[in-house]
Amino acid sequence: MAAEGETLTATSYIKHHLQNLTFGQLPAGYERADGTVLEQSMWTLAHSSKEAQEMGFWAFHVDTLCWSAGLGILFLWLFRKAAVSATSDVPGPLQNFVETIVEFVDNSVKESFHGKNDVIAPLSLTIFVWIFLMNLMDLVPVDWVPFLFSVLGVEYMKIVPTTDVNATFGLSLSVFFLIIFYSIKVKGVGGFVGELTLQPFGKKFIPFNFLLESVGLLAKPISLSLRLFGNLYAGELIFILIALLPFYAQWMLSVPWAIFHILVITLQAFIFMMLTIVYLSMAHEDH
Amino acid sequence: MSLNLTMFGQAIAFAIFVSFCMKYVWPPIISALRERQKKIADGLQAADRAAKDLELAQDKAAAELKEAKQKAHEIIELANKRSNQMIEESRVAAQAEGEKMLNRAKAEIEQETNRAKEELRSQLAALAISGAEKIMEASVDVKAHSQMLDKLANEL
Repeated sequence: MAAEGETLTATSYIKHHLQNLTFGQLPAGYERADGTVLEQSMWTLAHSSKEAQEMGFWAFHVDTLCWSAGLGILFLWLFRKAAVSATSDVPGPLQNFVETIVEFVDNSVKESFHGKNDVIAPLSLTIFVWIFLMNLMDLVPVDWVPFLFSVLGVEYMKIVPTTDVNATFGLSLSVFFLIIFYSIKVKGVGGFVGELTLQPFGKKFIPFNFLLESVGLLAKPISLSLRLFGNLYAGELIFILIALLPFYAQWMLSVPWAIFHILVITLQAFIFMMLTIVYLSMAHEDH
Repeated sequence: MSLNLTMFGQAIAFAIFVSFCMKYVWPPIISALRERQKKIADGLQAADRAAKDLELAQDKAAAELKEAKQKAHEIIELANKRSNQMIEESRVAAQAEGEKMLNRAKAEIEQETNRAKEELRSQLAALAISGAEKIMEASVDVKAHSQMLDKLANEL
């Protein structure tokens, strides 16, 4: 329980745990949480939820970025280590482990994607393992890391990047960009526009077709990111709620939920990967 | 929970990770996998071939063994036949030799007998002469009488 000073209520505890460590610009004359007034605008870490909100769009969630980058680097370091010493002879334990995942991803890609594309398989591997690792942070007891950082003087720390809608949107926007990129690359601009406007109802209904198809297109990244975010956010919220119980009763709920969550985090990573493959495979196909 | 620049930071990190993975992680691992798959496939094929070869060799060995057995049988039979033949031959030869030796001995005996007879005869003649000489006490013409005596001896 990390909040310092102020009386700790359930609401403030939950709010505190759901607040990202935000780095952004506060305007001149802004009255900060501790009462001081800024003489000129400055980039700074937010000291309260209100401050974080005032920073608006032009701000960063430092914790999300750092944890996700750290986990991504962990993933690449581990897999790179296996890749450097990869042999076709008897594999060691690390290579075995990595190869299992790589083969699993490779098979998933082969099943759903029939074109020739060197990006999709590594992209899927990155998505699967990275999202899995980010989700895995959910299983770290909710108070440990925030408490550690509060001792070090950092007020907010949300360690599960996928419970930040920005992180999931960052991923799905990249996928969305790739969908459009490959659609245009494979079918040409005309083909892509035609796909958006000439179906399902033919030439007479171009505006209606366009409306329908663009909703369908935009729904892809939004559903992709919100599905992942929603699942993990809800999971995290339940862990926080369980943490509000007396300490001797917590394990009765947190252990089953954590075990169940092992399934959820793997499944969500897998779904994100599969849908990415399917969307990109659709982008490669002519109708 | 508001959207902000984090989104783009995340997208940039994602792009970097994917490109790194594409360049340095995926190719070596997947090529090692493919290579091993090929090795295993080759190994299985080789094992199949070896099994077939083994079967062939076993068949060949069995056939050769059969042939050798037959040959050995033939040789033994031949040897038996030959030994029988040899025994027979040697028996015949021994018999012949025995007969020959017997004949020779018989001839020798006969010869010996004849010689003894001859000697006896000649001694008898001399004895008769000396007997006659003693009887007559007078030496007669030896020449004339020996002719007569020879005649006598021949008649013996």
